Amino acid sequence: MTKAFFDHISTTPLDPRVFEAMRPYFLDRYGNPSSHIHDQGQAALRAVDQARSEVASLIGAKAGEIVFSSGATESNNLAVLGAAEGAGAGKRHVVVSDVEHFSVMNALIPLRNAGYEVTILPVDRNGVVDPDAVRKALRADTALLSVMHANAEIGTIEPIGPIGRIAKEAGVTFHVDATASAGHLPLDVREIPADLVTLSAHNFYGPKGAGALYIREGTKVAPRSFGGFQEMGYRAGTENVPAVVGMGAAAILAKSEMGAWAEHLSRLGKTLWDGLAAIPMLHYTGHPAERLPGHVSFWVEHVEGESLLLFLNMKGVMAASGSACSSNLRGHDEEDLVASPVLRAIGVPTDICTGSITFSLGKGNTADEVRLALDAMPGIVERLRAMSPTYLDYQKQQGKGG
Amino acid sequence: MAAGPYSEKVMDHFMNPRNVGEIDGADGVGEVGNPACGDMMRLYLKIDGGTVVDAKFRTFGCGAAIASSSMLTEMIKGKTVEEARAISNQHVADALDGLPAVKIHCSVMAEQAVKSALDDYDKKHAV
Ligand code: FES
Repeated sequence: MTKAFFDHISTTPLDPRVFEAMRPYFLDRYGNPSSHIHDQGQAALRAVDQARSEVASLIGAKAGEIVFSSGATESNNLAVLGAAEGAGAGKRHVVVSDVEHFSVMNALIPLRNAGYEVTILPVDRNGVVDPDAVRKALRADTALLSVMHANAEIGTIEPIGPIGRIAKEAGVTFHVDATASAGHLPLDVREIPADLVTLSAHNFYGPKGAGALYIREGTKVAPRSFGGFQEMGYRAGTENVPAVVGMGAAAILAKSEMGAWAEHLSRLGKTLWDGLAAIPMLHYTGHPAERLPGHVSFWVEHVEGESLLLFLNMKGVMAASGSACSSNLRGHDEEDLVASPVLRAIGVPTDICTGSITFSLGKGNTADEVRLALDAMPGIVERLRAMSPTYLDYQKQQGKGG
Repeated sequence: MAAGPYSEKVMDHFMNPRNVGEIDGADGVGEVGNPACGDMMRLYLKIDGGTVVDAKFRTFGCGAAIASSSMLTEMIKGKTVEEARAISNQHVADALDGLPAVKIHCSVMAEQAVKSALDDYDKKHAV
């Protein structure tokens, strides 16, 4: 059976070329970069340094401004908590957008508990943050502004250029979570005045468990983990050398190939987007144009999201509902069921919020796979509607109302 | 075929739900919604001589909700009104070989739907 993986926003498959680059660091070059008095340690240190330059080159940074981490969550935690603390005693205010990832939002909890004031910026119905609202929110005591580059759930790209310039004028540290966009959209820190940028390797065909935080020279960030002096003191602990090497290799590939990937994804994404429009009462979410290439998100009236995804999976089509990390059922409390905060933020009714679907395409997807999804969708929608009491009522209403 | 977090039984009832539809002139109709997730279940009962002789449902909800509805209709057919009223969400979940912890509340909708349909029946037949 043909299978189509359309959940690249949760993770991308490792590029085989990245795997080849990593392989020696599992088996032959197993040294600890901190133990570089001998050949093995030196080989590891050189590899980590090279990866640092490679990741830096993806966003126009200097190698010394890249701190490796275990992934986007750790990078976002370090950015938010580290920058808030690093800003000093007089700065006790933090500003974030309403559509940030849990690893930014939940990092605000300890800040609030410590007496920080938090301002949450609203978004419009396309999920876009208004730069003017940012300007109004920033204050003399603002330690940090955090606005993501692109939203994983609804695909919207935020105007981080204008927002960054406002932050710079105000002298506020600006953090950009580029987890969903890095390696897919150009982002150059020589043009965008971001002070902190979160990157995740497995979102651009690199390995899981590898991430980085770009820290612009001179930005004050307090460390979050304590131990040795790895990663310039920001992040103690022996580096995951194979993963770091993989992230570097993935960054190099992304830098040279992202244009071609984007073209391919945009083309397939458009076919999917246009094809889905044939389904009655289907509503797209996110910005219609300013969105990640190959990202299609929507909800369908009278159709519940999980049921749709289960049927799609039976047909070999793997997509996701809501944000990838909140759609898992392994959690043990009902909190996991709460409507997606992102959809709430863009004004989708609460009872619909659990029903949103995200198709995120990858460089390996084909037109046939998109066809498979488009062929499967109408029948599934029809089947679920035929079962739905709300659709029955709707039909009766239509019959009566004319 | 089991998929993801669900048992094979759940997937079977989800993919091939029994007794989907309505009953014209039903003796009892129950409708419950789940405020946590916005899902909804409607249950129709045909009752003859104190026994549930037919049950049909329509559900807007997740895999667990649809499977619970389907299993419920199978379980209550042939039961007396008293027996049907005694069905709990745990009975439904057990009959489905269990539900993920986070999905237990979906089977609660099934329990509430029978109770609501039987209350409706009582109202209609209280003369
Ligand atoms: S999630 Fe709503 S009934 Fe299962």
